[in-house]
Amino acid sequence: MDAAFVIIAGLIVISALAAMTLRNLVHCALCLTVTFAGLAALYLKLNAQFVGLAQILVYIGAVAILIVFAILLTRSDDQTPRAAIFSPGCWLGVAIAVAAFSVIAGAICTSPTSNAKSLSPSSVTVREIGDKLMRDYVLPLEIVGLLLTAAMIGAVVIAMQERRKP
Amino acid sequence: MNPLHGYLLLAALLFSIGLAGALTRRNAILVLVGIELMINSANLNFIAFWRYGPKPEALGGIMFAIFSIGIAAAEAAVGLALIIAIYRHYKTANVDQVSSMKG
Repeated sequence: MDAAFVIIAGLIVISALAAMTLRNLVHCALCLTVTFAGLAALYLKLNAQFVGLAQILVYIGAVAILIVFAILLTRSDDQTPRAAIFSPGCWLGVAIAVAAFSVIAGAICTSPTSNAKSLSPSSVTVREIGDKLMRDYVLPLEIVGLLLTAAMIGAVVIAMQERRKP
Repeated sequence: MNPLHGYLLLAALLFSIGLAGALTRRNAILVLVGIELMINSANLNFIAFWRYGPKPEALGGIMFAIFSIGIAAAEAAVGLALIIAIYRHYKTANVDQVSSMKG
């Protein structure tokens, strides 16, 4: 528990709360980007450089931009300041989330502390990761590639303009 | 306090925030954002357990996080395409006004 972790964790929690509660959707997307950046900083702090940079590339570079595009493409006209942003009966959802957090936090706090002291910082190189991906994890890698291709084609087909019957 | 506990508690808090957002927001895009937050908290758990786990040289947590990021990207693309298709049909992106699956 050092100062850097506390600062980054506070930034992540505050920006995630803002992303879930703000009224303007573009502000929500920007706060979500801050959350992703904080998570990438935590990954870098945990010595997982490749995952941190992949987080920056995929989430900040692709998913956040995709969400901004979707927000701009689905502007509805009823952006009146009094339109509800939460669905009716939202207290039930908040209660479920609080219950889930209390259960998980209780399980974490009562679990026995292992000898998880700070190990020697073994920096894993990209070469090792690539070696592992090409040897042990080559079948999941191919399946993920196939999944990404299918998802891309499927997204284009779903979002295509439906043909009007004359 | 163990540093691993800090990361796990942060991930639990992030998961709960995402769950609350996915359950309560009206806009379908924000529901998807909540799901993304939940996936990210799971990734943080993987990396934290890898870093403070017994065998960090096995790279299990890193591999799982990489594949999880790839699958989350595919999920976001398909989900946003569905939202755009629904918006084109119903002229709204609010989940409580889309009440029938048959157009």
